[in-house]
Amino acid sequence: MGERSRYATIFVQILLFSLMAALFGRLFYLQVAATDKYQDAALEIQSRNVITPATRGMILDSSGKPLAINRVGLVIAVDRSILDKESDRGVASLQATAKVLKMPYEEVFGKTRLCGEKVDPALTGGARCWNGSRYQPIPISVDASEEVALSIVEHAERYPGILASPQGFRYYPGTEGVNGAHVLGYVGPISEKELASESTAKFYRNESIGKAGLEKTYDYALRGEPGVKTIVVDRKESATSVLKDNKAIPGNHLVTSIDAKLQAVVERELLAAIIRARSGTVDKKGARKADAGAAVVMDVKNGRILAIASYPTYDPNIWEQGITAKQASDLYSAKSGVPALSRALQGTFAPASAFKVVSVAAAAKAGYDLNGKYDCPAQFKVGNRFFRNYESKGAGRITMEEGIAISCDTLWYQIAYNEWLKDGGLRPKKNLNDYFYKAAAGFQLGKRTGIDLPSESAGRLADRTWRTNWYERNKDFFCDYEKRAKKSQLTPFLIAIAKENCVDGGKIRAGDAVNFAIGQGDTSMTPLQMAQIYAALANGGTLWKPSVGRAVITPSGDLVEEFKPQKVGKLPLTKKTLSFLQKSLRAVVTSGTAKWRFDGMPIPVSGKTGTGEVYGKNLDGSSKDTTSWFASYAPSNAPQYAVVMMVSQGGTGSGTSGPSVRRIYEAIFGVQGSKIVKEQAIFPSVPPAQIPRRPVVSTS
Amino acid sequence: MTNIRANSRRSRFERVAIVDRFDIPLLVAVAALLGIGILLVYAATREWFASFGGDPEYYLKRHALNIVIGLLLAFGTTLIDYRLLRAYTPFLWGITVLGLIAVLIPGIGATVNGARAWIALPGGLQIQPAELAKIAIIVGMAMILAEKNDAHQEPQAIDVLQALAVAAIPILLIVLQPDLGTTAIIGASVVTMIAVSGAQLRWSVGLLALAATGAFVAIKLGIIAQYQLNRLQSFVDPSADPQSTGYQLRQARITIGSGGLFGKGLFNGPQTNGRFVPEQQTDFIFTVAGEELGFVGCAIIVSLYIVILWRAFVIARRANDLFGRLVCLGVTAWFGFQIFENIGMTLGLAPMTGVPLPFLSYGGSSMFATLIGVGLLLNIRARS
Repeated sequence: MGERSRYATIFVQILLFSLMAALFGRLFYLQVAATDKYQDAALEIQSRNVITPATRGMILDSSGKPLAINRVGLVIAVDRSILDKESDRGVASLQATAKVLKMPYEEVFGKTRLCGEKVDPALTGGARCWNGSRYQPIPISVDASEEVALSIVEHAERYPGILASPQGFRYYPGTEGVNGAHVLGYVGPISEKELASESTAKFYRNESIGKAGLEKTYDYALRGEPGVKTIVVDRKESATSVLKDNKAIPGNHLVTSIDAKLQAVVERELLAAIIRARSGTVDKKGARKADAGAAVVMDVKNGRILAIASYPTYDPNIWEQGITAKQASDLYSAKSGVPALSRALQGTFAPASAFKVVSVAAAAKAGYDLNGKYDCPAQFKVGNRFFRNYESKGAGRITMEEGIAISCDTLWYQIAYNEWLKDGGLRPKKNLNDYFYKAAAGFQLGKRTGIDLPSESAGRLADRTWRTNWYERNKDFFCDYEKRAKKSQLTPFLIAIAKENCVDGGKIRAGDAVNFAIGQGDTSMTPLQMAQIYAALANGGTLWKPSVGRAVITPSGDLVEEFKPQKVGKLPLTKKTLSFLQKSLRAVVTSGTAKWRFDGMPIPVSGKTGTGEVYGKNLDGSSKDTTSWFASYAPSNAPQYAVVMMVSQGGTGSGTSGPSVRRIYEAIFGVQGSKIVKEQAIFPSVPPAQIPRRPVVSTS
Repeated sequence: MTNIRANSRRSRFERVAIVDRFDIPLLVAVAALLGIGILLVYAATREWFASFGGDPEYYLKRHALNIVIGLLLAFGTTLIDYRLLRAYTPFLWGITVLGLIAVLIPGIGATVNGARAWIALPGGLQIQPAELAKIAIIVGMAMILAEKNDAHQEPQAIDVLQALAVAAIPILLIVLQPDLGTTAIIGASVVTMIAVSGAQLRWSVGLLALAATGAFVAIKLGIIAQYQLNRLQSFVDPSADPQSTGYQLRQARITIGSGGLFGKGLFNGPQTNGRFVPEQQTDFIFTVAGEELGFVGCAIIVSLYIVILWRAFVIARRANDLFGRLVCLGVTAWFGFQIFENIGMTLGLAPMTGVPLPFLSYGGSSMFATLIGVGLLLNIRARS
């Protein structure tokens, strides 16, 4: 054997044994190192899950009255995986179904199209597309008559791909006349995105999931555990055996702090305030737009929400039948006022004079004598601009308490202007006092309250940092205003403002400082934040985290989870300042701006009106009207409840919101005229402390 | 010449004792693999046939029959002194080439999985001439490369070219089927034989370069069918063709990986019983072992293959002459590369080509050729 031959043989030998070694290595990786992954993958290939959704838990009010329940309806649903295999892609089947359901064919067709599927909108009859998956039955009617369901079941050959079965669906019964759309939220079929994003809980395709409000926050408790039957299939999808069969576990009930009766009153009174403002009977200024509003009732001792309402609202049950495209877009359209938005926690508005409690805290810290006397002229000049009182009236020399009661603005202009100068004016000093900004931060402005409802707004604290950031984002626009702005924005006034902003927009100017002190300008708050602050003023200074959920109970009445109230902060007030504020807020109602609305009220109420100037225009071109605020608590001597109402473009605080807030207190305490009738009170003593263990089925 | 005559006389004399001179480790390994193969083919097909009311032992019986025929062929191969085989080689080669031409004629050749590789015989039998071509090529090349060995130490250019011609004609016919897997394995064996024959290094290197260029041109000119490109592509990027080739490879890998250390137990593999891996009794037979016998079972199988390769190399080293050594190494390379290609394909180490796994896969022609190959090894061992 030659050398070459021998080396070649050795080479081939090494090569072949190396290849065998590679097989060993790879086998070890697949079957030992990574076997878990492949076992999972194999299980996924071999098994199919049949999901039976669990009965969703109810949402109950604080005494156990149901706010959200389940109804059983005869559901007519479409299985696209069968339908699409028909030779006519299921047209005949859908036509027969439409006929028996007495629905237009286009609507049935539209409802069974997947969102994202390319369909000519003209063919869908404006019906809303299905935002679930192709593999889950698509309901076209959840409340079919027994007759219809039977005819579909008995003549299955005429309706290929159409299923009829009894199925539970979410229903909001409107107990005591409650609407509750915003706080309760709604449920809907789980979307592909939600399926993919969930990591903590396992979700299945044909489940419903809470999409908004309490339904979303407490979905984990309400949904229960769906029944999962895992069957083993072969390549042709025929079942060969059952791997496991877990029965559905019904969801738990959520007990809330909402009182159904009070919630209905609050919703009604909010609407009454809106109608009042629109009627033009409140004051000389006539009819207001009153396009939106919110009201919050909070237990000042623990931050629990007893009622929370937002206007405009919508029928919470429209989601169940699968809402139409028009209904869906109306919920979010500016033209119909974005009814989907919960103004109470998602709407932000300039707090106006209701903010002055913060200013008092700032002034006290800065050393101003709360018992001293101050000028309240009709107007105050800062630079070359006049800042006026609301209705441009002066009140001469008054105490600070009187200043709060009659809501004098000029008093605050002077103090804020002085402090701004002391902090260096346009050339801020190194060691800033910033009493006003610090006080506002202490009241937790610009910070979410942390309520157990989704998508809360934080509002905005327009302090120095905010202004600098704002300027960085916008200075290019201001410095190039004449080229970048729309034609309609090129008025001499706006051009002048833009020039000014270009030069020192990043700095707090005197005008910004004085506006801040009366809750105007760029600072904004949600009605919920306002309620949190006024509750804290009432309870001695504790900021509670607002909460709606009180407890989770099992269907058999066992307590699973109790949500204890949480303190999130303390108002930055001394005892003296706090009692001064409490006295002043009482004076607002007894002798100040709210007196005319609370005369003869047997329950002592403390509060503050606010009438917020709003810049900008409505869709129809009219200037925006003022925001009406009334923030309050009662009884003044032993506070239990905080009530805040806000009506956007609603006129004055006392005029529009005042009477409605009064009615809410009257309902809580059972006030009839000037008497208290305990039997008529929603809460004869205090809100219920006991957690109900069973839904109360009303007989009325 | 006297030497050969003496040897042949001795072999004729000792014919009855030839069995005693068989290589025992090789025989044990082959027997073990054949036994495992019977179980695996049965495991792959019993549930499937039972599911439509067929005979669960349908494949088992046919596979056993193939093995019996194959063993008879192998035994027959051992009876004739391998040196005398040279006399039959031109005849064998001619038959093979005729068979390869026949499969290309419509009406005679049957197409399975895109390749026109089978001749359908009466009685539902099919033979695959390409499998027998492996033997014809190996023996034919060995004959030519060893012939001039008395005059020169190493084969000269003219010998190499002649040997290549012997290989090229059947290879070209196989390419036309097209059966790239078999082509690649034969090609690897051809290069191996040229290299170990002692021919100049430039021949083997040149052949490798030629193969690479040929593959490139074939892809560029679109000679390679789309399904073959898909197979190659899904090796590089398994998600490229998820429904067909990628699907098969993914299923194969999952099936093997899910077996774990000890496997799901014979006949207990849900992937196998659910028929999730296509062609599981033939090209993907190893996945049955992977799932049901686990890493331990697979390691035993690969070890048995290593025993066969090891014995084959030992026999080659001890062979009396260059012819015997070349036949041995040709068969070894064929077995080695085919084992790697098949198992590697199921593990995601090699691209997907439709070659059966020696000793294990169901399939008559492949089984016959493999066992004849073993017969050649035993023959050479017995006469060295």
